[in-house]
Amino acid sequence: MSLRSPLGRVLGHGSAREGVHHWWHLRTSSAALVVLGVWFAFAVLTLPDLGHKTVTTWISRPVTAVMLLLFVTVATWHSALGVQVVVEDYVRGKGARVLTLVVVRFLHVLVGVAAAFAVLRLALGG
Amino acid sequence: MAEFRLPDNSRYKDVPGRRFKASPGATRVRTFRIYRWDPDAGEKPRIDSYQVDLDRCGPMVLDALIKIKNEVDASLTFRRSCREGICGSCAMNIDGVNMLACTTAIEDVKGEVRIFPLPHMPVIKDLVPDLSNFYAQYASVKPWLQTRTPAPPDRERLQSPTDQEMIDRPSACILCACCSTSCPSYWWNGDRYLGPAALLAAYRWIVDTRDEATGERLDELEDPFRLYRCHTIMNCTEACPKDLNPARAIADIKKMMAERQY
Repeated sequence: MSLRSPLGRVLGHGSAREGVHHWWHLRTSSAALVVLGVWFAFAVLTLPDLGHKTVTTWISRPVTAVMLLLFVTVATWHSALGVQVVVEDYVRGKGARVLTLVVVRFLHVLVGVAAAFAVLRLALGG
Repeated sequence: MAEFRLPDNSRYKDVPGRRFKASPGATRVRTFRIYRWDPDAGEKPRIDSYQVDLDRCGPMVLDALIKIKNEVDASLTFRRSCREGICGSCAMNIDGVNMLACTTAIEDVKGEVRIFPLPHMPVIKDLVPDLSNFYAQYASVKPWLQTRTPAPPDRERLQSPTDQEMIDRPSACILCACCSTSCPSYWWNGDRYLGPAALLAAYRWIVDTRDEATGERLDELEDPFRLYRCHTIMNCTEACPKDLNPARAIADIKKMMAERQY
């Protein structure tokens, strides 16, 4: 049992002077995802069919490719920020929390890069 | 992981509770099921049942608790003082909701009246939670006026009526802890998240136009845990027995944090 005073424990190491950027990015990325999500749903629903050739032709258009790249990038970024909040909320123990945060961030980078690569490959006709 | 279940020594279903019947001839009987735990007994907590004749009891839940303590079971332990909703001592979980026992009418509770201590706080005894951490969090936001400009020698520091209105409601907080202990974020991370009550107090001084430490106050709050554990769940505003809005105050603090960035 620690004999440190309650106030000493609350003051801890002081404020991290961080958090506002995370909060702001989470909100701006969610606003961007509303636009990109609506565009994506609308674009997919208005395709004449979902055959391989139709979809690859659609993705190879510059506007589609750019929008899709934006969509996967912003979605991955938003998810990374959101999952970070969940981990910070529920994973106790400093070691476990930091380790989970690092693993989750790596996984998001992996998914984001793979998704961007898939779009580029289809867009550039690979 | 966060604690989703009570620790084994906190589960109350393992120990049968005692039952106290109303005196014969009682006409309007209500049952109060009350959480009991004695640190000296070395037992797990239990739920005791007390039948109370409402014809011989005041109208509020606190009246029933005082009647039980005076007439049935003197060992029942709870905090109380003003019995009119201004001291915040008798905050407890009544029928699943954090509220003040003194301003909660027995008639407003349907069926058995279930009374527990404020959720997710260490229990000292029966309905008395340990609020040391809660009070330390309040102290940590420096809830007093901080200035650099000396006070006028011949009068108090002036404030316009509009300025006063901004701190009018937040100043009405009685620190009962109903809000903080209703907040899931506070349950999981109460050691680092300041909680709605302390943040409402911080807000009260941030928007005080006489205070000259606004920047330092925001600096101290800018932290992923101290402030940003708030996920706008709004339980705090729902729970406040004084009808205050800590969720709105926290949202305003976050807005101020963003405004000074851009």
